[in-house]
Amino acid sequence: MKTNCSQKQLLNRIDQVSFAVNDMILYLDTHPCDEKALTYCRELVQERKKLLKEYADAYGPLIIDITDQTEESIWKWMEQPFPWEKEGVCR
Amino acid sequence: MWNYEKRLQYPINITQPNAKIAQYIMSQYGGPDGEIGASLRYLSQRFIMPNRTTSALLNDIGTEELSHLEMVSTIVHQLTRDLSMEEIEKSGFGPYYIDHTVGVWPQAAGGVPFNACEFQSKGDPITDLFEDLAAEQKARSTYDNILRVVRDIPEIADPIKFLRAREVVHFQRFGEALRSIQEELDAKNFYAFTPGFDNPCTASCNGNK
Repeated sequence: MKTNCSQKQLLNRIDQVSFAVNDMILYLDTHPCDEKALTYCRELVQERKKLLKEYADAYGPLIIDITDQTEESIWKWMEQPFPWEKEGVCR
Repeated sequence: MWNYEKRLQYPINITQPNAKIAQYIMSQYGGPDGEIGASLRYLSQRFIMPNRTTSALLNDIGTEELSHLEMVSTIVHQLTRDLSMEEIEKSGFGPYYIDHTVGVWPQAAGGVPFNACEFQSKGDPITDLFEDLAAEQKARSTYDNILRVVRDIPEIADPIKFLRAREVVHFQRFGEALRSIQEELDAKNFYAFTPGFDNPCTASCNGNK
């Protein structure tokens, strides 16, 4: 498996949306009644779910909840390169 | 990257506070064979493994250990809430209470604070995996010691039995990972070189490496 441009772009988008979710969690912990923030967070979570599914279908799962969505005969979870592997691809 | 799930790996509902048992069980939080050391050990060691099977195993067991330290600290918390001053004083919990009230803090049963010297990350996959096998057995022995004390209190013994069983499973999986690494080395001399240093990572994308 090679890391191509669209894979990097998709992962980059997942990073951005996921970080936005992380930040919104902190904000909502201290502002639980902010309706605008609640709506924004809901949209982000939906977007994240969609992107994670899209990524799993194309390149393999990033989170365990997606692994059983793909009907594969091999354990795809372990095939994914770890983020610390050089350039995110196999050597 | 991690995300939190707002649940325990195994349910814990302790109704009767018990300061003495809390002090025993907190050793599996911050003690020499506790879950903090286990998690940090595996999550630190996972980077230099020569195949992805072993990196994945250390990653996933290191992650599971985080849920175990959450379980152990939940047990300690539930055993120390609603304590009377009388019980704190007569149970021997006094010294801990003076420094931490009933907050959860990583120390051994004997009061020794958590210390990274309780585990090693040697940069040698075989060395590290032998340490991991030993660590799982040491933790299993500690849970056995705890079970002898709490065997008649099911609300404490049940989650401890669960944790003990996981040590056994982890031991089995680490043995399989060690075998996978040894099979890829020179069978006549596993120690001819350090696979985590002398050999570049050869994690494979196809198949079970």
